[in-house]
Amino acid sequence: MTNAITRRRRLELVVGAVVLAILAVLPLPIRDVYTQNLIILTILYAGLAQAWNILGGYCGQISLGHGLYFGIGAYVSTMLFVDAGISPLLGMFAAGAIASLVALLVGWPCFRLSGHYYAIATVVVGEIGHLLFLNWDFVGAATGLYVPFHGQSWMNLQFRTSKLPFHYLALVFAAATWIVAWVLEGSRWGYSWRAMRDDVIAARSLAVRVFPSKMAASAISGFFTGLGGAIFAQYVGYIDPDSVMAANISILIALPAVLGGVGTLWGPLIGAAILIPTSELTRSYLGGAGGVDLMIYGALIVGVALLRPAGLVSLLGARR
Amino acid sequence: MSVLLEVKDVSKSFGGVAANVDISFDVTEGEILGLIGPNGAGKTSLFNAISGDVTPDKGEIRLSGVRVSGTGPVACARAGIARTFQVVRSFDSMTVRENVMVGAFCRHTRAATAMAEAERVLDFAGLAAQADRPAHSLTPPEKRRLEIARALATEPKLLLLDEMLTGLTPTEAGAGVQLIRDVRAQGITIIMVEHVMEILLPLIDRAVVLNLGRVLTSGLPGDLVQDPAVISAYLGDRYAQ
Ligand SMILES: Nc1ncnc2c1ncn2[C@@H]1O[C@H](COP(=O)(O)OP(=O)(O)OP(=O)(O)O)[C@@H](O)[C@H]1O
Ligand SMILES: [Mg+2]
Repeated sequence: MTNAITRRRRLELVVGAVVLAILAVLPLPIRDVYTQNLIILTILYAGLAQAWNILGGYCGQISLGHGLYFGIGAYVSTMLFVDAGISPLLGMFAAGAIASLVALLVGWPCFRLSGHYYAIATVVVGEIGHLLFLNWDFVGAATGLYVPFHGQSWMNLQFRTSKLPFHYLALVFAAATWIVAWVLEGSRWGYSWRAMRDDVIAARSLAVRVFPSKMAASAISGFFTGLGGAIFAQYVGYIDPDSVMAANISILIALPAVLGGVGTLWGPLIGAAILIPTSELTRSYLGGAGGVDLMIYGALIVGVALLRPAGLVSLLGARR
Repeated sequence: MSVLLEVKDVSKSFGGVAANVDISFDVTEGEILGLIGPNGAGKTSLFNAISGDVTPDKGEIRLSGVRVSGTGPVACARAGIARTFQVVRSFDSMTVRENVMVGAFCRHTRAATAMAEAERVLDFAGLAAQADRPAHSLTPPEKRRLEIARALATEPKLLLLDEMLTGLTPTEAGAGVQLIRDVRAQGITIIMVEHVMEILLPLIDRAVVLNLGRVLTSGLPGDLVQDPAVISAYLGDRYAQ
């Protein structure tokens, strides 16, 4: 059957493939390490923002605690690698699974709260996780963990001479989250999420199971956020609670989708493409002093909220 | 004809307000039952109990002999009870087609079959031309139609319509009446709440009259309009001779 929905979805796949192709050749002419790093982080955050978007956008549950799942993912794969010698290629799936489990444990009580109360609860839970890890000796407490260099290979997910492998790893990760979001958007879950976000009473009357649907969104979102955390840990080679679990990580994961357009396929990508370079550039030019980057985020959010409440993606004339 | 819905001694209070008191009646398969009564009589509250949105304090509701009261809206919808709302509820970030697909997913797990079901229902409800418009852009009568289409997509046995013709022009209401007749012709049983008697009385097979949360009387529409108890409930004692 062809109708507006199937046509739109096919077009999305074509555009997605073109974007993927561009991002695949993008790093080839670039020799400058700083720019390479910027692109890798942007793509990684595009994937993280898409993972957040599944819960925060499609399902409408604004989480400001995703730093917890990101950090847990980073710690799980790092500890499996450092302490048990398990390849991060495998370890990152364990990281995703445990982050997913934690997301379910957080969702269990928190989904009983509605709207702003849910968002506030996630801030609190995220901060509790952060404090717990700061004081937990088993995970290196405030000192954090180094990932010792075991030799350059995909098995170890460690590369010294080139940033290209991480570029492609981040790209595969972001593409995977995009495809998952695309599949979910057209599925029963996708429809349930959007329906209950718009009107929960009407959704229930059509047999939408609200709580299980939220838990599913949370598990999927947590899984990919944990996966992203594991990739990030291998990329930077050192993690501590402040760098992978603090509240500003949660904000940085949530903000691209909010800026670009929540509950849309392209919003997280557009948002990350603007926000992550802005964040990195202000940090390197202003040294992150006085929270200038936070002020810029604030200004961006206020601007978008006032001028384009549906996010920047609505400038493209896209639906929703 | 067999009994589809049994309402037995249903009572529900909100704080001090008794919205429904010992309500009992049966609904026969295939009929259109009118549920009438003045404002605040408890009609919407009873719909909420039948559709599972609220659990009665007392009594029970059965569909085809199986208890549905207290099982919640999801189980009621799956059992075959669908409804529209007195104040229209639509999924405003979605298109008309997507709205209807949410209902279709009640019986279909795969998107392709849900889409085919939505297509069928959109044609039936006369919304094919609006299928790809955003739901928020519909006119009020179109939104009413969308609510019916969405409810029908769940493939119900029983459809509850809460004031779906209220506030429409005579032409729009006429089209709505035709749609309701078409729904019944599909074998779906209907309970409808409506204040406009000129529209309601020719359409329904039987009516149950509620007043102050209780069943005042029930019977054929023609008899009820002459019943002094009904007239006094609506207009006050002065008008009942
Ligand atoms: N959730 C609720 N909380 C408190 N009171 C309620 C609730 N639902 C209904 N009521 C009360 O129950 C009584 C019956 O209300 P209901 O909405 O069922 O009347 P109705 O017959 O549908 O009236 P109308 O014709 O105005 O729609 C009213 O007094 C109403 O205030
Ligand atoms: Mg009412």
